[in-house]
Amino acid sequence: MTLGASFRIALRAMAANPLRSLLTALGVIIGVGAVIAMVAIGQGARRAVTEQVQALGSNLLTVFAGQVQLGRIARGDPVQTLNMEDVEEIRKAVPGVTGISAEYSRQAQVVFRAENVITQISGVTPEFQEVRNFRPARGEFFTEAEMRSRAKVAIVGKTVADRFFPDTDPIGQRIRIRGITFTVIGVMEEKGATSFTDRDDVVFVPLTTAQRRLFGVTHVRTIHVQVATSEEMPAAQEALTELLRTRHRLAPHQENDFTVRSQADILQTFTSVSQTMTVLLGGIAAVSLIVGGIGIMNIMLVSVTERTREIGIRMAVGARRRDILLQFLVESVALSVGGGMIGIGVGVLGSQAITRFAGWSTLLSLQAVLLAFTFAVAVGVFFGLYPAQRAARLDPIVALRHE
Amino acid sequence: MSLIAVRNVEKIYRMDGVEVHALRGISLAVEPGEFVAIMGPSGSGKSTCMNILGCLDRPTTGTYLLDGTDVTTLGDEALARMRNRRLGFVFQSYNLLPRTPAIENVELPLVYAGTPDRRARARAALDSVGLGPRARHLPTQLSGGEQQRVAIARALVNSPAIILADEPTGNLDSSTAGEIMDLLDRLSQQGITIVLVTHEADIAARARRHVQFRDGRIVSDEPVRARTVAPQGPVQP
Repeated sequence: MTLGASFRIALRAMAANPLRSLLTALGVIIGVGAVIAMVAIGQGARRAVTEQVQALGSNLLTVFAGQVQLGRIARGDPVQTLNMEDVEEIRKAVPGVTGISAEYSRQAQVVFRAENVITQISGVTPEFQEVRNFRPARGEFFTEAEMRSRAKVAIVGKTVADRFFPDTDPIGQRIRIRGITFTVIGVMEEKGATSFTDRDDVVFVPLTTAQRRLFGVTHVRTIHVQVATSEEMPAAQEALTELLRTRHRLAPHQENDFTVRSQADILQTFTSVSQTMTVLLGGIAAVSLIVGGIGIMNIMLVSVTERTREIGIRMAVGARRRDILLQFLVESVALSVGGGMIGIGVGVLGSQAITRFAGWSTLLSLQAVLLAFTFAVAVGVFFGLYPAQRAARLDPIVALRHE
Repeated sequence: MSLIAVRNVEKIYRMDGVEVHALRGISLAVEPGEFVAIMGPSGSGKSTCMNILGCLDRPTTGTYLLDGTDVTTLGDEALARMRNRRLGFVFQSYNLLPRTPAIENVELPLVYAGTPDRRARARAALDSVGLGPRARHLPTQLSGGEQQRVAIARALVNSPAIILADEPTGNLDSSTAGEIMDLLDRLSQQGITIVLVTHEADIAARARRHVQFRDGRIVSDEPVRARTVAPQGPVQP
């Protein structure tokens, strides 16, 4: 018997009991849909992180105060190991440095008239614009002179601007940060939200203003160092580390009291996290696919029992054992393939729904779709084999007598 | 050479450790074109004999040559091929596939034979039993007599050497039974060998040879001398 004939028989058997076929395939539908949607979420998160890290600027080394590790970033302000002298030394001594920007950021309350909001106050140097590739869309950034004079000027992010000045021109307005009045001189261009932070929910002020007037500190939290070419990155990173160790008088056995990360490092860390997440989510979804396969096996066993007489008739008119085996195997594979195809639709629509309603970024990959589908077919074969073998091993005489 | 040559066949079933001798050494030869009726009370071994003749079962001992081939030595696959090419079955309960149109039921042996042009051959077989117009009907839409005609068309479609009919009229009223027997008569006239199991004397009377079973043995095997009816072509009702 040909595969085509087996397929027609399988379709007829499925059509004879459409509700049962649908419910049987449901496990696979959910399984495939879940795998596709979960992997899409994982990949989407990864893409978002990649874009975010790349948006930092190119050939960037970031120096954090203290030992920074993902998952246990210290709250408050315990680490005070970096200061402006370090910044100036790095600028002078590290080869290949084309720009450097220091930053001191903290959450604080900002008030405009009756509105008040907690947002991030970032004290930065004017070079920040070039180093981080992040500039005002309207108005202007503060100057070196304003930096030196600890001017009370602020450039607001898009989110803050939308919140405070939906109808009014932000330039020239007065806002209060920690009770001190600042003049808004610019609005930053939109960077967009990522899955982790809203990069537009921020107010920039001169670093010196933030240190002295707002928070009463003399250190900085972060130093961004721009290097001319990516080839010079490793050398620059090494020189920078040596310089800071010397300046901080660290003995050889002591650990660094700062952390240097390149974009590649950051990217790698986040990528491995999202990779783990993708595998985990996909794995959980795959379990539901296996449960779906068990559902198929269950119904196929019932079907073989119900159709024992049919099997007997087919054997009497000349069906070989492998014809019967093929017939039931094709039927279970048809169920899983049908379920798999519907599952792809569910997965794709589900991913889009997640993006739309939960706002998570998702990324559909052909690879994941093919993987889920192949797995579904494999499940159909694996769990269809035992029922099909049971059917093929029936004794024709017993099968013909079956009521 | 005999079409069917059964020699010293025994069949022993083991049920819960007890041996049941269904056949206690039977020998039977059927020549091409014969119309044989097998009779006997239930439990006499006639069904077991039919299963063996139909290549659905193998004898415990003894030999069975079907058209010169010793089928007792064949494997499952070769037996399936035998059933498909050389034998046609007609059952008491018709045994049509449910939810499957008559024409596709008739096609079934051709599907397993891999024959091309299946639809046309199936239609010809249905026409020959007078059911051409009902080809698309489902078994549930056909009367008992019509279902049995479909079953006969299915038995015929692969041009078998032998038709094995196990109580083919057992579920039919006497006039419908008569029509089915007329059909088998006609096939016999055309040279097809027919082996029929029945316990009804008037059905057996249509055959030209009676084989009587009792307790797993053949107790009598004789030709029917005086034929009361000698139909020529289709019988008029």
